Amino acid sequence: MKVWLNLLLYSVAFAAHAGESISSARQAELHELLIEDCGSCHGSRLLGGLGPALTKQRLAKLPRKFLIDTVYNGRPGTAMPPWSTMLTHQEVSWLVDQLQKGVKTP
Amino acid sequence: MLLAFFILPAISIADTLRGTGDLGVIIERTSGAVQIIETTHNTSLGRVKGLGDLSHASVVFSRDERYAYVFGRDGGLSKIDLLKKKIVKRVMQSGNSIGGAISQNGKLVAVSNYKPGGVKVFDAQSLKLIADIPAEYTAADGSKKLSKVIGLVDAPGNRFVFSLWDAGEIWIADMHDAAHPKITRFNNIGRNPYDGLITPDGRYYIAGLFGEDGMAMLDLWHPEKGISHILPDYGKGDKKLPVYKMPHLEGWAVAGHYAFVPAVGHHEVLVIDLLNWKQVAKIPVFGQPVFVMAQPDGRRVWVNFAVPNNHKVQIIDTESLKLIKTLEPGKGVLHMEFEPRGEEVWISVRDKNQVQVYDTETLNINTRLNAIKPSGIFNTARAHKLGL
Repeated sequence: MKVWLNLLLYSVAFAAHAGESISSARQAELHELLIEDCGSCHGSRLLGGLGPALTKQRLAKLPRKFLIDTVYNGRPGTAMPPWSTMLTHQEVSWLVDQLQKGVKTP
Repeated sequence: MLLAFFILPAISIADTLRGTGDLGVIIERTSGAVQIIETTHNTSLGRVKGLGDLSHASVVFSRDERYAYVFGRDGGLSKIDLLKKKIVKRVMQSGNSIGGAISQNGKLVAVSNYKPGGVKVFDAQSLKLIADIPAEYTAADGSKKLSKVIGLVDAPGNRFVFSLWDAGEIWIADMHDAAHPKITRFNNIGRNPYDGLITPDGRYYIAGLFGEDGMAMLDLWHPEKGISHILPDYGKGDKKLPVYKMPHLEGWAVAGHYAFVPAVGHHEVLVIDLLNWKQVAKIPVFGQPVFVMAQPDGRRVWVNFAVPNNHKVQIIDTESLKLIKTLEPGKGVLHMEFEPRGEEVWISVRDKNQVQVYDTETLNINTRLNAIKPSGIFNTARAHKLGL
C-alpha cells in the first residue's frame, strides 16, 4: 500500500515537473503546433525537411538548455525563427521535454 | 421490348462515362489520403488512401487529365487514376522529398528531394526510374555534399529547372535524351533559395532567396546571359524578421504587367513591374504571406498567411493595389485553388476539417465540403499550364 502511494506521489510529482501548470488542453494545442507548424519545416513526422529531424534519437543527446534556447530564441543565420513571439518559456521547455522523450506523430 | 434491350445498356454506358477537366484532388495529410472532387457541382467523388506522409504534398497531372501524380514528404511518388479512384502505381523514390513536375511532353515526372539531395526522373507511364541527378556541390570546407533541392519546375524545350538550397545554385536539366540529362549549372545565385517559379509563358525562372535580399532570375530564352538579381534593395535597412513558414512562389500571380509576390518575413505583398523588374509597391497585409495567387482573370489577388495569422485571407484589387476585403475562413488556411476560369476559389481550412468554396465575385461561400485536415488543393486544369 505504502509502496503504491509512494509510486503515485512520485508520478504526480514527476508529471507536475514536466507539465508544471500547462493545462492538458494547452498541451494538446502545443502538440498540434508541433506537428503542424514545426512540421512545416521539420516534417509532420518530425523526420526532417528544410530543418533537421526532431527525433528522440537526435535530440536526446543534445543539452536541454541548448534546445530550449534554440526554440525560444531561434538560431540567427538559419531559417529557425524564435518562438518566443507565440510561446512562453515554460511552454517551450515542455515541448523540448516531449521531444527528448519522443513524440507520437501521425 | 427488343428496342429497350438494345438501348438500355447504351444509356448506362453514357451515364458512367465522364470527362476529367472539372476534377481535382484535396490532400488530407494526416490520413495519407486524397479526396477526389469535381468543380461542376462542387462535390466529393471519393477518397484514395495509402499515400504515406503527405505533409507538404504536391500534385501534377498527366496531360489527358486522368492521372494525378502525388509527391509525398516521405519520398513516395504515387500515380492515381482519378476515374477509377485508385493508386495505379507507387514508388518510394527517396527518403525525403518536397515536390515535382511533369515534362513539357508529358512523358517524364521529376521529383525534387531533400534526402538524398537531388532530382530523380521517372517515366510518366510506368514510374520506372530514368535518370538520377544528385545535387552535388562543393561546400565551404571543400568537401563534396548533396544539396536539398527546391523550386523544381518544367520549362519549354523539355527542360526541368530547379534550385539548390544549400549550394545557392540553379540548374537546368535538358531532358531531350532523358536517360542522360544535360545539366547547366549557375553558381552563386544567392544564399538559400527557398522556392522557385516560372512565369506562365515559361520564359523566366525566378528563385526567392531566404539568406539574402532580392531574387535570382534566369532568362530561359538566354541562359548564356546568366543570373540577374531583381528587387536588390528589398529588405535593406529593414530589420530581418523571423519567418514562421516559407512563402510559396507556386504560380506567378500576374495581373497585367504587374507580378505579386510574398515578402519574406514582412507583412507585405510586393508588386513588381514586369517591364523593368522593379518593385513598384509594397502592400501591407495582415501577416506573413504564404501564397499570393491571382485569379485567372488577374482582377484580384488572394493572400493567405503563416502562423499565427493563418485564420484569414485577404483580397487585393490589382488595379488600385488596395486591400478590398478580409475573409475569416477559420484557423489553418493552408491553400487556395481557383477553378479553371476563376469564378470560384477553393480554400482549405485545416482546423475546421473543411474546404470552403467562395464565389470570387460576391466573395460569399457557395459550398462547404468536409475534409480531414485538408492542405493542398489541385485541379486538373494545371495539366495544361507550364510550371504547374
